[in-house]
Amino acid sequence: MSSDWPLWEVFVRSKGGLSHRHVGSVHAPDAQLALRHARDTYTRRMEGVSLWVVPSKEIIASVPDEAGPMFEPAADKIYRHPTFYDIPDEVKHI
Amino acid sequence: MPSLPPIRPEDEAVAQRARLTGVFDAPAEQADSARFDYLLRLGDDALILGQRLGEWCGHAPALEVDLSLANLALDLIGQATHLLNEAGECEGEGRDGDALAFHRDVLDFRNCLLVEQPNGDFARTIARHLLYSTWQHMLLERLTGSTDRFLAEFAAKAIKEIAYHRELAAEWSVRLGDGTEESARRMADGLDWCWRFIPELFEVDESLEALIGRGSAPDPRQFEEAYRSSIATVLGEAKLQAPADQRPILGGRRGHHSEHLGHLLAAMQFLPRTYPQARW
Repeated sequence: MSSDWPLWEVFVRSKGGLSHRHVGSVHAPDAQLALRHARDTYTRRMEGVSLWVVPSKEIIASVPDEAGPMFEPAADKIYRHPTFYDIPDEVKHI
Repeated sequence: MPSLPPIRPEDEAVAQRARLTGVFDAPAEQADSARFDYLLRLGDDALILGQRLGEWCGHAPALEVDLSLANLALDLIGQATHLLNEAGECEGEGRDGDALAFHRDVLDFRNCLLVEQPNGDFARTIARHLLYSTWQHMLLERLTGSTDRFLAEFAAKAIKEIAYHRELAAEWSVRLGDGTEESARRMADGLDWCWRFIPELFEVDESLEALIGRGSAPDPRQFEEAYRSSIATVLGEAKLQAPADQRPILGGRRGHHSEHLGHLLAAMQFLPRTYPQARW
């Protein structure tokens, strides 16, 4: 049966203030049951305070074959990394 | 036809000493025995329904549904643990929840007949869960105001779990009823199977009357109408007809069970009875 059901991507907010993070996917016949299935599959051990489900077919993904032009140009631009500053010891949370 | 052998005096003596509980229609004598009885009724409902739902593990129509049903089962087993442990305390004979769950026989179980009904197909399981969890939720809503501290606290905790059960069962009922021709037929069959066990949920006997009088337990008759209309709303949304009222079947609360319960207990109790020293 589940192979007939559309796939949904599941995002969990683990606690207030944090972003939703992708945790996996579920099959479900519709959005409401997708939320139920996401709850029962991914938040059984108190992993979350909020859930999003998104139809997997609505995700626009980059093409793996184009990974070269997409990502490699960033590889040799080390000046984009903020690693050239000395951070004083007193500064926390960086 | 051969005649039966005469009854030996020593057997007669054993029969004389047999305890009264476990016998059909054993009277509930004292006030505390009514409380013990009530804890058993609620605890056995949760235990037996939990065990039934657990039977789906590995067999559900989809992996997600498998997890979903197992979650419901675990909620109920957790509730059963609390209730049966308290029942053991109340009884005061040294039995804990495990002893009550695994070392009682069919006649000593006090669950309603609805929860022991076989799973059937997924639709019947959903029909059973809709009918039971709607009742359980309405009961717990009122039980939170119980004068019995344990019951009030238990209800406050369990009601969140059961609110979810009720919603989930209603949602699946609507999807099956208002789904394909086959799913609608199966859902209607499931309701038809379970419908005759509804009146038992609203039965009030002497034992329950005693607790209602003390404010420990809600009177289920007070929410029967609300229950019927809540179920009717779900069925309306599901485009299903409520089955015609059938001859009610009662007796689970007094230990008169269908043959299905014995099979369930055999599977559930086999291990702790065969290997009493077994540990995780």
